[in-house]
Amino acid sequence: MAEDHRIIPVWFFVGVILLIYGVLILATGIYGLFHPPATVLANLHPAAWWGALLTVVGAVYVHIFRPRKS
Amino acid sequence: MNFSLSLPLALFVAPEAAAASRRFILLNPVDMAIIVIYFATVLGIGFYLKRYTKRGEDFFLAGREMTAWVAGLSFVSANLGALELMGWAAATYQYGILATHWYWIGAIPAMLFLGIVMMPFYYISKAHSVPGYLQLRYGEAARRLAAVMFAFMTILMAGIDMYAMALVMKVVLGWDIHFSIWISAMTVAVYVALGGLFSAIFNEVLQFFLIWLGALLIPILGLIETGGWSGLVARVHQNFPQGDYTHLWGPMSSFAGNPMGIHWTGIVLGLGWVISFGYWTTDFLVVQRVIAAKDIRAAKLAPIIGSYFKMAVPFIVILPGLLGLAVLPFTLVPESAVGPGQHSYNEVLPLMLARYCGPGLLGLGITALIAGFMSGMAGNVSAFATVWTYDIYRSFIRKGASDAHYVKMGRWCVIVGVLVSIGTAYLVMQFKSIMDYVQALFSFFIAPLFGTVLLGMLFKRITPAGGFWGLLAGTVSSISMWALVKAEPSMLAYIALSSRAKDMAENMYRALWSWLICVIVTVVVSLVTRPRPVEELTGLVYGCTELPGEGHLPLWKRPIFWAGISAAAFLVLQIIFW
Repeated sequence: MAEDHRIIPVWFFVGVILLIYGVLILATGIYGLFHPPATVLANLHPAAWWGALLTVVGAVYVHIFRPRKS
Repeated sequence: MNFSLSLPLALFVAPEAAAASRRFILLNPVDMAIIVIYFATVLGIGFYLKRYTKRGEDFFLAGREMTAWVAGLSFVSANLGALELMGWAAATYQYGILATHWYWIGAIPAMLFLGIVMMPFYYISKAHSVPGYLQLRYGEAARRLAAVMFAFMTILMAGIDMYAMALVMKVVLGWDIHFSIWISAMTVAVYVALGGLFSAIFNEVLQFFLIWLGALLIPILGLIETGGWSGLVARVHQNFPQGDYTHLWGPMSSFAGNPMGIHWTGIVLGLGWVISFGYWTTDFLVVQRVIAAKDIRAAKLAPIIGSYFKMAVPFIVILPGLLGLAVLPFTLVPESAVGPGQHSYNEVLPLMLARYCGPGLLGLGITALIAGFMSGMAGNVSAFATVWTYDIYRSFIRKGASDAHYVKMGRWCVIVGVLVSIGTAYLVMQFKSIMDYVQALFSFFIAPLFGTVLLGMLFKRITPAGGFWGLLAGTVSSISMWALVKAEPSMLAYIALSSRAKDMAENMYRALWSWLICVIVTVVVSLVTRPRPVEELTGLVYGCTELPGEGHLPLWKRPIFWAGISAAAFLVLQIIFW
């Protein structure tokens, strides 16, 4: 490669976007507990669960693949 | 480019006036924020990667440093575009579980074959592209033919994809068609021009996660609603008692026994052998991702890793189509027959998304579709830039220039390629039948190309003249058969073995015959012409290439082990869904 570098692995970027999305969707899901959307199976609160999952997965990826100084 | 688009693409020819009145998804601010964040992220990745793509090897081949997992996910993602997702969900609604063949027998055997048999030669030869391999093996004539065809078709397909996606956004979201075309095209142009294949691969991996996380809730919630697979099947049969939508091979014993009008021999020999092997082993868009692997073991493993995910894709594509048959309170109709208040087959996936996903989740699902479209376009453009710069510009127009010059050409090629694609999109807007012709164009070439590459890799007796004339004969024969059926429809009974065969069946049989013709001509011409000396074939052909052994590796580290498990899983799935 052109430089002697440590390119940030793609998994870090995946983690960042999942973390951001997870927080947004989780917040929407928590709001949905009190104002459920007009969707089928809204009583299962999928946004809250899925948002929590994305947040956890994103946080794990960000932690494991964060850029580190050598 | 995707061979499997011929059916779904045909479903997307929608009159725009009708499209405008069918908007049924309303995005709220959270959904819009999710979409905007995606655009910002892909652009940010492009700007970040620019500093690492100053050499040609980096810009066009991502430095050949990709791990097996990155190359594998990118390999599957490059093929998993938004049109593929929506189109095959639509095809499932129309034809049932038969659509799964394009994901299983139409992909898995070919991907495993690429990994175990062909990747060593692509990788050891250090070819930068499939036309590049043809040049090393057969000489310039074969490379020129392949490069020109590939470059032309790639850019046309990128434009068609762009138009079809913009139309989908108009139908589903009510977005202005010009806005969709320009915003997404310019974003792709920027991040690929900046970061080359690195950018394209990074964003394909990102897209892979978004596609799965955006679409996975539909089958999960759908199966909860129907009470599992058996409940789903029961509901489908209750709603549509006249058809068999849930068996994979049973209805294929006759042409008339299934709604696709295909016999199992067409699926196995046409789709499963020639078309799928032709696509997965020679289409440079997907092969480029594997050539970018960091070593030969990673290059072999990447398509094998990809095969596991490809096998799982029906869960997020086929199942939503079946769920649509089971749970939607109305029946979908062909695009050409949509009336007020009706929806077309194409809309089954967004309809299921709207059924189960509220604010936030909806934005994620739509972002997944947009990401799929954009990464598909990025794949086409990055492959086009490589073939144009290395196989056409460097080979014939300007030889011996500096590496920096070719990188600059590559970046400009991306911009020009995107602009040409936009032009094609507007052309298709005016003349929708172009889509059929471009799909046919792709089908003329892919089966003979597979024959040419395969024979070249396996048999050192095949000569440069044999390779070129076989490729040409196969392509010309395919064009001739297509034109013959167009001019005289009764010829369908000979080419597709049944007068009741549908277009898809015709494509499959035509691919089979053109492949056979390519092979026969290649062999015959090779027998009467002089082969290259064996020392010139080192690294290119079986028998002249020292392939690195894997005997010293533990079993679980050998690609053949994981290929075997993938093959076994594939067979089990055929039995389960027979």
